[in-house]
Amino acid sequence: MNRLVITPRHLHTIGRIASMTYPEECCGVLVGRPQGDSTIVERILTVQNERQESRHNRYLISPETVLAAQKEARALGLDIVGYFHSHPDHPARPSEFDREHAWPGYSYLIVSVQNKKVMEARSWRLSDDRERFDEEAIDQAAGAPIPGYLPMGVHREAV
Amino acid sequence: MAVTIHIPTPLRRFTGAHGEVRADGMTVGEALRDLVRQHPAIERHLYADDGSLRSFVNLFLNDEDVRHLQRGDTPLSSGDTLMIVPSIAGGAGAALEGKAEEVAAEELTPAEIRHYSRHLIMPEIGPDGQKRLKAAKVLMVGAGGLGSPLGLYLAAAGVGTLGIVDFDVVDESNLHRQVLYGAQDVGRPKLHAAIERLRGVNPHIRLVPHEMRLDSGNALDLCAGYDIVVDGTDNFPTRYLVNDACVLLGKPNVFGSIFRFEGQVSIFWGARGPCYRCLFPEPPPPGLVPSCAEGGVLGVLPGIIGSLQANEVIKLIAGVGDPLIGRLLLFDALKMKFRELKLRKDPGCPVCSEHPTQTGLIDYNQFCGIPQEQARVEDDFEMSVTDLKRWMDEGRDFKILDVRTPQEHQIAHLPGTRLIPLQELPGRLGELDPADTLVVHCHHGGRSAQAVELLRRKGFAKSINLAGGIHAWSEEIDPSVPRY
Repeated sequence: MNRLVITPRHLHTIGRIASMTYPEECCGVLVGRPQGDSTIVERILTVQNERQESRHNRYLISPETVLAAQKEARALGLDIVGYFHSHPDHPARPSEFDREHAWPGYSYLIVSVQNKKVMEARSWRLSDDRERFDEEAIDQAAGAPIPGYLPMGVHREAV
Repeated sequence: MAVTIHIPTPLRRFTGAHGEVRADGMTVGEALRDLVRQHPAIERHLYADDGSLRSFVNLFLNDEDVRHLQRGDTPLSSGDTLMIVPSIAGGAGAALEGKAEEVAAEELTPAEIRHYSRHLIMPEIGPDGQKRLKAAKVLMVGAGGLGSPLGLYLAAAGVGTLGIVDFDVVDESNLHRQVLYGAQDVGRPKLHAAIERLRGVNPHIRLVPHEMRLDSGNALDLCAGYDIVVDGTDNFPTRYLVNDACVLLGKPNVFGSIFRFEGQVSIFWGARGPCYRCLFPEPPPPGLVPSCAEGGVLGVLPGIIGSLQANEVIKLIAGVGDPLIGRLLLFDALKMKFRELKLRKDPGCPVCSEHPTQTGLIDYNQFCGIPQEQARVEDDFEMSVTDLKRWMDEGRDFKILDVRTPQEHQIAHLPGTRLIPLQELPGRLGELDPADTLVVHCHHGGRSAQAVELLRRKGFAKSINLAGGIHAWSEEIDPSVPRY
């Protein structure tokens, strides 16, 4: 099973963006490097949802933006390793639409948001035969926890 | 021409870890085919099953998007560089989420392709959207004013399975707005006439009649068989039943309501936004909100509101546009204005919140605004039209008070009646004598029951409600009195 290694701080930032963008979907790019079965996220790039309509349940990152992100990643000696987006009022599971628009080899991190509240974050990889998404573990252990930042998947009330 | 194709990192597994592949071709399309010939495993990630390039795969020729050139036919020169770049898309999905296999299994026949051609040529619908429509199952609750345009447009648009719930019979007073029916249908069950008409509109779809009154015992089972429920009802008990059943089943409820010159539209979908109970936790007290039969309705209004509902249903199925979730659209036909209210999910909502207090359905029929069932009264509170006829024949001493509107009075009235509209009654009590025996009537008996309650509280002890109103009088005593 693959692992997505990401710092609590990066996860927290993605959660904040998802919450601020609610009820529309947010999206962005995960930049990092592969290491064995793991994908290490080193940077996150937030980008505009380029959809003009249906922004509550659709997102789009244009090829020009992907190219620009790739350039930025390369300049850091890194690569695009995946993408994140939010599912407002919807579970953090990939939709059929997500599956049709994905490539294997990337991590697809999905954050579920309800009423601006981040419910959970899960990460997925498309199978090579494009038939299904397999969940990968999110490893927040790399990088020391930062005081004040909430680990994803933990309700605010519970902390 | 020999060109270099840059392979994005995640796809390099399918090109033997090569980041660059040399390929031959006169055009972009040919070079890409050569790449696939060399590395067949990459094909399914670039091309869809029908052989077209996947919608999110983009090609850049020397940093220029080929969509701005000649796409696949863009000619190549030796030494060109071709880059494969994804656009990244996705999202939470549409109403038919989880039915991917059924959608994929649908095929459009040549006759269907001809029927739906104006849908098919729009990229937002296209063959995929039309197959989604074909796979979709939509339940229409009510085949009346709203149900008429809903049925016509949903059938015409190719919703594959259209269920219709109704138990009523076509009445002449329906014809000014219920355009599913014609004068020849008066007296027929609506369901029979509707199915016949819709079959003519589109022979390619499945029409499922449900001749029943929706209640707490059948609503869940019925709605469970459908993807989307459309509320075209005219009364509160059914409206709350539809809402609650949809919330409990996680299905979208495309809501519409009309009264006189005003209409409302929204999508109540507990899983994705507020529900009807977030807006109105409980039904209004009986009699507060009149029905169309009592208040009247502009004939064209349900045509407008029902069409808007049909529009939202089709968008939900196709997964396009911005659905009316969390928004209540208000329409005023006299001012010709649309307004939009933002709706929020009520964290304390009894059915759709995280901690619901109501986990089943409630029948409100007993006390919720349907005239015949409204009054739970003592024996002398009301009398029948037969009693009234007997009183008249016996020459008894009594007066008749009509509490309808002047327009209704003008359409039809009983001889020797006095008109005081219900709304004006509290201010005009002085015109009445508490010593008189007062028979109070309206159209069906609902408003007059309220009038009698008021009169008795104010000391008019001998006031009596005429059950069934002037409508019953016309049906049972004097057919020459027009029914409306």
